[in-house]
Amino acid sequence: MPPSIALRGVSKVYRPPKKPPYLAIDRVDLEVDEGRFVSVVGPSGCGKSTILSLVAGLIPATIGTITIRDDPVRAVRTDVGFLFQRDALLPWRTVRENVSLALRFCGLGRREIADRVDPWLVRVGLAPFADNFPHELSGGMRKRTQLAQSLVVDPSVLLMDEPFSALDVQTRNLMENDLLELWGASGKTVLFITHDLEEAIALSDELVVMTAGPGRIKARYPVRLPRPRNVSEVRFAPGFASLYERAWSDLRDEVLRSYERSLRSAS
Amino acid sequence: MSATATLGVERVPLARREWFVRTLQLGVILFFIAAWEGLGRAGLLDPFYYSRPSLFAPRIAEWFAPGSTAGDIWLDIRVTMTETVLGFLIGTLLGLIVGYAFARNRLLGLAFDPLLSMFNAIPRLVLAPVFILAFGIDLASKVALGVTLVFFIVFFATFAAVRDVDQTLVDNVRILGARRRDVTFEVLLPAAFSAIVASLRTSAGFAFAGAVVAEYIGSNAGLGRRIATAEAFFDSTGVFGGIVLIALLALLLDSLLQFVEGRSSRWKPRRER
Ligand SMILES: Nc1ncnc2c1ncn2[C@@H]1O[C@H](COP(=O)(O)OP(=O)(O)O)[C@@H](O)[C@H]1O
Ligand SMILES: [Mg+2]
Repeated sequence: MPPSIALRGVSKVYRPPKKPPYLAIDRVDLEVDEGRFVSVVGPSGCGKSTILSLVAGLIPATIGTITIRDDPVRAVRTDVGFLFQRDALLPWRTVRENVSLALRFCGLGRREIADRVDPWLVRVGLAPFADNFPHELSGGMRKRTQLAQSLVVDPSVLLMDEPFSALDVQTRNLMENDLLELWGASGKTVLFITHDLEEAIALSDELVVMTAGPGRIKARYPVRLPRPRNVSEVRFAPGFASLYERAWSDLRDEVLRSYERSLRSAS
Repeated sequence: MSATATLGVERVPLARREWFVRTLQLGVILFFIAAWEGLGRAGLLDPFYYSRPSLFAPRIAEWFAPGSTAGDIWLDIRVTMTETVLGFLIGTLLGLIVGYAFARNRLLGLAFDPLLSMFNAIPRLVLAPVFILAFGIDLASKVALGVTLVFFIVFFATFAAVRDVDQTLVDNVRILGARRRDVTFEVLLPAAFSAIVASLRTSAGFAFAGAVVAEYIGSNAGLGRRIATAEAFFDSTGVFGGIVLIALLALLLDSLLQFVEGRSSRWKPRRER
């Protein structure tokens, strides 16, 4: 079986107008097997979002190849689900309309759309808010809407870019548990970006640590904690602390390097 | 129980009490009218130039009376309103199309930028005589002036809204399967409409002002014409009657648009409305 997601020797150079070109990620190799939950951690600016944009085909790689199930990524991929860090719901559409978007784009009729959207609204607990606009919802509810919006077409791959970083700790733990539950039996591959090591370990099967920009892969750790997990309890499971310590010693150096660099460029 | 009791005791500041604010506003208006009337009667404000509320109020009533000697007031209102609505609609449509095209096509935008800036720098009202010469004394010249005023407001609103649209929204719908057309209709045009609605009251106000000014400068009918005629006879009461009528109409138009704006901005957070 081919890997669900594969990056082979991928580099990305940004060429902003009137500024020197910038190497964001440098020869990244990463394979994610079907059905795995893989988290990528790294200091901010190391190219985590860049990796996800590349996999989704939103931007082209400068060199290297990216494939999803052996199918090279050449244009925007509509067979993946993408959860953006920033609010991506259409503000002028209600919760129900937002969740229906993907189905409308593939030309389904009213009835079929309702048949598939309604169960999702119930699943993420938004049925009572179906006719509300995004600004009328809490941050957690907006994230749930986005989750339903991406999952309604049942993509085999879910790309998540620091999806919960703007939420308060309690809401965040609830969302993390909900995500694990939704993912649990689905067989979906998840590539999850975060700068929070604890979150990364609590959720994943595998942890990938990146270097400060230009981002390279520094280390990979399998996470052998039993499932099903409860994110607020798994932190006390045996093995969690030692893994955290090892990964943190990798990450700390990179965070410091990134911090020093930002101080230098600021002065 | 005790909680509600304590809440009841809390004082609502005067500025937050609807009836108080309304009464205050009415008071200010009444005071203004009374002062005008009083100064006029006392001879401090020469009624020959400044008229008086007690003179122009009956005049307005007389215009509306059947068989008025001053011509059909409803015809004047209809003419001015037709010019306003046409100027507004055509200007908005052109502004939307050109603004959208320029935001989507960088080269087009760059090519026309200096020319448009130049046009926009012209005080539009000086174009009124030009339009009257070019389009004649009837409807077309009034509409043309309104269009030049409305166009730039809508053009800039649309251009900025489409150019600065949140890229995350675009990326998200593309991953959800949006084609080019879907991106236009689901993201770019709604963003543009939102900006247009936000400037609706300004642009409609300009269309109205354009119509009245062009009528004043040269026309056969309309509220602007009515004022110009009164002025020609040194009839300041007629001039003020026309001005007050125009102000009332503008107020009516504005509250109508405020209603439309509220209706179409339900999706916006309150502070952005
Ligand atoms: N469109 C762009 N143009 C120029 N530079 C960019 C662009 N997008 C990202 N970058 C730069 O690339 C680096 C990596 O960005 P990003 O992938 O967003 O990092 P992360 O998500 O890890 O914080 C950053 O230094 C950022 O400033
Ligand atoms: Mg990022």
